[in-house]
Amino acid sequence: MAIVIRMPKMSDTMEEGVLVSWLKQEGERVEPGDVIAEVETDKATMELEAYDSGVLLKQVAKPGQAIPLGGVIAILGEPGEDISSLLAELEGASEPTPAATPAPTSPPESAPHPAPGPVAEPDGRPSTSQTERIKASPLARRMAREAGIPLEAIVGTGPEGRIIKRDVEAALARVRELVPPQLPRPETPVLLEEEAYEAIPLTPMRKTIARRLSQSMFSAPHFYLSIEVDAHPLLEARQRLNALSEVRISVNDFITKACALALRRHPEINASWAETEIRRHREVHIAIAVAVEEGLVTPVIRHADRKGLAQIAREAQELAERARNRKLSPEELEGSTFTTSNLGMFGIDSFTAIINPPNACILAIGAIRDVPVVEGDQIRPGKRMRLTLSCDHRVVDGAMGARFLATLKGLLENPLAMLL
Amino acid sequence: MAVMEFREAVRLAMIEEMERDERVFLMGEEVGLYDGAYKVSKGMLERFGPMRVVDTPISEAGFAGIGIGAAMVGLRPIIEFMTWNFSIVAMDQIVNHAASILYMSGGQFNIPIVFRGPNGAAGQLGATHSRSLEATYAHWPGLKVVTPATPADAKGLLKSAIRDDNPVLVMESELMYGMKGEVPEDPEFLIPLGVGEIKRPGKDVTVVAHSKSYHLAEMAAQELEKDGIEVEIIDPRTIRPLDIELIVSSVKKTNRLVIVDECAPFGGVASEITYHVQLRAFDYLDAPIVRVTTKDTPAPYAKNLYEYWMPRLDEVIEAIKKVLYR
Repeated sequence: MAIVIRMPKMSDTMEEGVLVSWLKQEGERVEPGDVIAEVETDKATMELEAYDSGVLLKQVAKPGQAIPLGGVIAILGEPGEDISSLLAELEGASEPTPAATPAPTSPPESAPHPAPGPVAEPDGRPSTSQTERIKASPLARRMAREAGIPLEAIVGTGPEGRIIKRDVEAALARVRELVPPQLPRPETPVLLEEEAYEAIPLTPMRKTIARRLSQSMFSAPHFYLSIEVDAHPLLEARQRLNALSEVRISVNDFITKACALALRRHPEINASWAETEIRRHREVHIAIAVAVEEGLVTPVIRHADRKGLAQIAREAQELAERARNRKLSPEELEGSTFTTSNLGMFGIDSFTAIINPPNACILAIGAIRDVPVVEGDQIRPGKRMRLTLSCDHRVVDGAMGARFLATLKGLLENPLAMLL
Repeated sequence: MAVMEFREAVRLAMIEEMERDERVFLMGEEVGLYDGAYKVSKGMLERFGPMRVVDTPISEAGFAGIGIGAAMVGLRPIIEFMTWNFSIVAMDQIVNHAASILYMSGGQFNIPIVFRGPNGAAGQLGATHSRSLEATYAHWPGLKVVTPATPADAKGLLKSAIRDDNPVLVMESELMYGMKGEVPEDPEFLIPLGVGEIKRPGKDVTVVAHSKSYHLAEMAAQELEKDGIEVEIIDPRTIRPLDIELIVSSVKKTNRLVIVDECAPFGGVASEITYHVQLRAFDYLDAPIVRVTTKDTPAPYAKNLYEYWMPRLDEVIEAIKKVLYR
C-alpha cells in the first residue's frame, strides 16, 4: 500500500517548504529515520526523514519547488506497485490535507467558478462541463496576481468572457475607491517598466524577515533610548579573562551576560505584548542577530542569566557558525525574550533596531570608539560605546527602559558586579 | 540629404562601394547593357566597364555559383536576381553552398557575397512570380536576410551587406523602386544588420511590418489615428538576424501585437516573430497575437482575387481593432 509523504510543519511559523534536493532517488530503499530530502523552511534548511519503510516510488516535488504544508512530496511503497491511480487522484485533489491546512497565501488562479448554467457557448457548442477555467489574458493574470485581486472577483469583457487588461484596471479602480484616501494606497507595481529593475526571487528567509519586521514596525509603537557606556573596564576585564579562558570571550558576550542579568532585575523589560495581556517571561532567553548571506537570523542563548561568560561565548560562536551554514534547528531560533544586534564591527557608532517580535525590546550595540574624556580638569583618552534600546511602548514606558539601561550600564562599567 | 528614388538609393550604395573597394562587382541578367530590368544599375556599365558590371545568360544557378566561387577566391560579388522568384532555381547554390561553405570548410572560406533583387508580389504576375521568399531563406543558418522599406534604409543596409564577410540576401520590391525619400549622401552612412527601427511611435498597439508591408501598416496607422488609436510600427529591417529585443520591448509597452507580412502564412516571418514574443513577453500580452499575411494559396492572377489575396488595409485595421478588443 503506497504511502504519501507530505510537507510537515517543521517550525511554528512555517507555511510552505522549498524542496532543496533529493537525497534518495526513485527506486531506492528507504527505512524509517532515513533522510530522503532537504527542505528549506522560513528558518533553516532541514532534513526530511521517512517514518515508514519502502521503496521511493515517485519524487512528486521538484528541487526548487515550494510546497504548502500538507502538499505531496513523495510516494513510498512496494517495488513495482502501480501508483498511477493514486497520482491521478492526488492531481485531482491537489488540496493539502485538512490537518495541516494553513490559510491560502495567494488566490488560486484557476479555481472553478460558478458555471453560467446550461447555456450554449457563443460559437453554438453546448457547454460541456459544469466548471470551466477562467479565461484571462496572460497580462491580466499577471496584473491581478500582482495587485492581489483573485480572478474570480473580476468580470471579463473580452471574447467568451476573457478577463483582459481593462477589466483588471476597472477592478483596481474599484479597490482604490474602497480604500479611504487618507490611507496609503496599495502599490501597483504592474505599471512599472520591467527593464528598470532586476527581479530577485524571494527566499523563504527574506519573506520571513519582511513579514515579521513589517508586523513589528507597523504594530508595535517604537521609541528609542540611547546611553553611552565607558567601555574601558569591560575591555580590561575581557583581556584578563581571555588570558585564562579556553574560549575567546567577545565584548558581545559580556553584553549578552549583562543584558541577561539586567533583565532579571527588570522583569518588566523581559516581556511581550499579547493583545489581551502583557506576558512577563519567567526565563531569560537572549537572541543574537547574526548576519548571513541571504539575510539575518536570530539564534537564541537560553537561560543566559544562569550561564557563565565562557559558556555564553562558546554557544554564541557555535550558533553563529551554524547560522552561517544554515544548519540551525527551528528550536534554536525560537523562544527569545530579548534580542541584541551589534553593528560595531562595521564601524557603526549607533543605530536603532526594529524589535524582534514577540520581544518588547531590542538592544542596538555600536562600536567602541576612542574619545577624549574630561576628568576633573584633565583630558585623557577613553573608550566609549553607545547602546540604543528600542522599546515597544505598549509594554515598556520611557522610565522603565531608562532604568533598565542604567542597570546595564552599571554592569558593563563594573564587570565584577556580574559575579554577584 | 538628398531626395531620391529607392532604385537610385540602391544604385548609389553599389556605386559607392564599388568606388571604395575594387573587389566589388555586379553580375546578373540585364544589369549592363539594358541598365537593369528595373533600371537599378543605370549607367553602371559605362562607369565601371564590362569587367565589373557583368551581363549573364538566363541561368540563375550558373551565375549564382560563379559568384560564390568568386567570393571564395577573394572577390566581393553583388549578384542581382531579376526577381527573387527566379532565385528558386539557384537555391541549391544559395543554401547548400553560400550558406554552408564557411561551416563545412571548418572556417577556411568566407563567402562575402550579396544577392539582391525585388521580392514578393508586384501586381498581376501570377503564382510563380509573386512569391515572398524572406522566410524561406531566413530559415537557413548561414544566411542573413535584409528587407529595406525606404530609400535611406535601402542604401544603408545594402552598404552594410556589401561590407559583410558572409552571404547577405537583400530583398527589394518592384513596387517600391519608384518611391522617393531622403537619403544621406555620406558615403559612410551604414545601417547595421540586425537593428530594427521604430518607424512610428505609439502606445496602444505594436504593428511589426517589413518591406512594403510597412507602408500598408503606415496607412492603417494614419486611418486609426482618427479614432484616437496610437499605433507603434516597428520595421525590423533585417529578418535575420532579427531585432527581437526591439519588438519585445514595444509589446511590453503596448501589450498587443499585429504582424503584417507578405509571406505565405505557414512558417512565415510572422510565425517566427510570434514564437519569440510569446516566449519573452507572455505575461505582457493582453490579446492573442494576430498576423495579416497573403492567403494560403498560390497567388491568383485575376485582379479581384489578387487584391483579396494580398494583405489588405481593411484586414490590417480589423486586426488592430481585434487585439484592442474594439
